[in-house]
Amino acid sequence: MSTKAQKSSALDILKKILSNQIFIPISALLILTIVNLIVDPSFFEISLGYSSDGNPVLSGYLMTIIDYGSELAILAIGMTLVTAASGGQDISVGAAIAIAGSVILRVLCGTETSPETIQAPIIVAFLVSVLVAMAFGAFNGVLVAYFRIQPMVATLILFTAGRSIAAWINNNQLPIVNDETFTYFGGFIPGIPIPTPFFIAIACIIVTALVLKFTNLGLYVQSVGINEQSSRLNGLNPKFIKFITFVILGICVAVAGLIKVSRLSTINYSVIAKDIEMDAILAVALGGNVLSGGKFSITSSILGAYVIQFLTTTLYKFEVQSAALSAYKAIVVIILVVISAPVVREKASAIWKKLVNKKAAAKQAG
Amino acid sequence: MSFLSKTRNKFRGITDTNLLTSITIVVFVVMYLCAVIFLGEGFLKAQTFFNMLNANAALIILSCGMSLVMITGGIDISVGGVTALVSMCCAVFLDHHGGNVFGSILIALGIGLAFGLVQGYLVAYLDIQPFIVTLAGMFFARGMTTIVNTNPFNVANEEFVALKDTRIVIPGMGWYNKAGKYVDAYIEIGVIVALIVVAIMFFALKWTKSGRNFYAVGGNQQSALMLGVNVKRTKFVSHVICGLLAGIGGFVYFMHVGSGAASHASGAEMNAIASSIIGGTMLTGGVGNIIGTLFGVMSLALIQNIVSSVGLDEAWWTGITIAAMLCLFLVIQSIVISRKKNQKAEEAMEASAPTATEEKENGDKKSD
Repeated sequence: MSTKAQKSSALDILKKILSNQIFIPISALLILTIVNLIVDPSFFEISLGYSSDGNPVLSGYLMTIIDYGSELAILAIGMTLVTAASGGQDISVGAAIAIAGSVILRVLCGTETSPETIQAPIIVAFLVSVLVAMAFGAFNGVLVAYFRIQPMVATLILFTAGRSIAAWINNNQLPIVNDETFTYFGGFIPGIPIPTPFFIAIACIIVTALVLKFTNLGLYVQSVGINEQSSRLNGLNPKFIKFITFVILGICVAVAGLIKVSRLSTINYSVIAKDIEMDAILAVALGGNVLSGGKFSITSSILGAYVIQFLTTTLYKFEVQSAALSAYKAIVVIILVVISAPVVREKASAIWKKLVNKKAAAKQAG
Repeated sequence: MSFLSKTRNKFRGITDTNLLTSITIVVFVVMYLCAVIFLGEGFLKAQTFFNMLNANAALIILSCGMSLVMITGGIDISVGGVTALVSMCCAVFLDHHGGNVFGSILIALGIGLAFGLVQGYLVAYLDIQPFIVTLAGMFFARGMTTIVNTNPFNVANEEFVALKDTRIVIPGMGWYNKAGKYVDAYIEIGVIVALIVVAIMFFALKWTKSGRNFYAVGGNQQSALMLGVNVKRTKFVSHVICGLLAGIGGFVYFMHVGSGAASHASGAEMNAIASSIIGGTMLTGGVGNIIGTLFGVMSLALIQNIVSSVGLDEAWWTGITIAAMLCLFLVIQSIVISRKKNQKAEEAMEASAPTATEEKENGDKKSD
C-alpha cells in the first residue's frame, strides 16, 4: 500500500511539473543542450579576447545567444501581453523596428548622410523613436480594439507599409552614424566583456516585473483575454486594455530597434529585423502561452526567446543557410502547436488513461 | 410611402456581399475613369487593361483560393511561399533534370495539394489557429525554396519557353503605334486559366450545395453544425482547394516570369488578402464574392499602374498606397458590421413596440 501511495504522489509531482508552463521552454533548452554536447562540446566554449581597441570581450556561441537573444526577449515581453489580451499576434514588429531604427538615424544624422558628429543627443533620438513606435503601436491597437479587426490582419497593414515608411523617413538613403558611444548599445561598453543588449534586456525585464507587481495590468490583461464580455461586465474596459498592450509592444519595438541600428551604425530597410516577427511569436508559443489569449507567463516567454536564439545559433553552427533557417523553425512551430492543441492533448490523455486502466486490470487479474 | 423611404428600404434589403462588391466595382470604375481623364490616353488602350490581366493572372487565382478560405472563416498566408516553391521546383525540374512541361504541371499541383492537405488537417481536425498554421507553412515554403536551389535562374527549356511566349491575340482590340504599324492586343495563357478558375469558383459558390456550405460555416459555425453541415470537412476542403489553387497560381506565375527564385512572389499573400478584402470578402467569414475579388485584384493593379504613371516610381509608394487602401476597406467593413448590428437592434425595437401596445390593448379589453 505504502509503495502505491508513494508512487501516486510521485506521479502527482511529475504531473505538476509537466503541467507547469515553464516546463516547455526548459525541456526544449535541455534537449538542445544535450544535442550540442553530444555533437560538439566546443559549442559551450567561451574565450576572453580583446577587441581592436584593447577592451576585454567575451566571445563564443553562448555569448552570441545572450547577445542576439536579448532583442528577441525584449520583443517577447510585448508580444506576450498582446497575445494574452487580444488572442492574436502582431506580425508588424519587424517592419516597426525598421521604422524605429530609421527614426533614430534621422534624428542623429539630420539631413546629412554621414555627418562627422551626431546632430542630437542619443537619448533624444531614442525618445523620439519611442514616441513614433508607440504611435504606430497605437494605430494597430485602434484597429484591433476599436474597429474589431483580427490582430494579425490589422497588423498586416503595417507589415506591408512599414519598410516603405522606414525608407521614406530617410528619403531612401542610408545614413551612417560616426559616433563611438552609439555602438555601445549593440556591442560592448569599454571595460565590460558582456554584450550590452543583455543588460538592456535585464533592465526591460526588471521594469516589466515592477509594473506587473505594482499595477493590475497583468490581471486585467489576463481577464480580458479569457473572457472579454465578462470582464466588461466586471467594470474593466477591454478595448482600452487591448489598446494599451499594443502601445507597450511599441515601446519594446523601439528598444529592439535601438539595439539593431546600433549594431551596424546604419540601416538596411529590407533586411533589418527580417522574419523577427516569426521568432517573437515562436518565443511566445515556446513559452507555453496559449496563442488564442488568456493566461500568460512573461518569464517563460523570455526563456523561450533565448531558447529560439539557441536553436538559431545551433542551426548556424551546422552551416544551415540563413534563408533556409525558416524551414526548420516552421517545423518546430508546427510540432509545438500540434502538441499544445487541446484536441491532441485530450486524445493523448485518453490513450494514457486507457493504458493505465489496462495495467491496473492486468494487475487485478494477476 | 415616400420615395425616400422606399429607396431606404431597398438599401436595407441589400445583402452585405452585394453591398461590399458594388462598393468595390464603383471604386474601380471611378478610379479608371479618373486615370483616363487625368493621366491621358494610355489608359484607353485595350492593351493597358490586358497587361494588367497578364501581370496579375496568378494573383487572381491565388485570391480566389484566399477568398474561399476567408469566406469559410479562416485565412491562408502560405500562398506566396507556395508560389515561390512551385516556380523554383518546376524550374529545377525543367532545367536540371530534363523534365517536360506536363511533369512540371503535375509537380505544381502536387505541391499545392500537399500544402492544402496538411494545413487543412491541422486547421480543421486539430483545431489550431489558421494564421499560425499557415504562417509556419509560409516560412516552411520559403525556406524549402532556398534549400531546393539558392540562386535564381532563367529556364531555358524550349518546350516551356514556347508555352511561355504563347500569345493569344484578341482581334479588333489592337492599336497603331507611333510608326503607324498595327499592333495586335494579346493576353497570355495564364489569363485564360485565371478566368476559368474565376468562373468555376463563382458558379460553384453561388449555386451548388457544397458552395453554400462554405458561407454557412463562415457565417456561424454553431448553426451550420446544427443544420447538419459537416463543419470540419468544409473547413478542410476549403484549405485543400486553396492549396490546389496556390499550386495552379504558382505555375501561372512561373509561366509569366519564366524563372525560379527564392524571392519570387514576395508579398503575394498580402496582395491576395488585400484584394479579397477590397473585393468585399469579410474577414469574419460568411460574406464574399469571387467577382468582387476579381475587381479587388484589378483595383490593386490599377493603383500600381497609376502610381507608376504619376511618376512616383520608387517602390515604396506602392506599398504605402496598397496599405492605405486596405486600411480604408477594413474600416468600411467594420462600419458595415456595426451598421447591421444597430439596424437589427432597431428592427427588434420596432418589432417589440407594437406587441407591447397590443398586449396593453388586450389588457384593457380584459379590464372592460
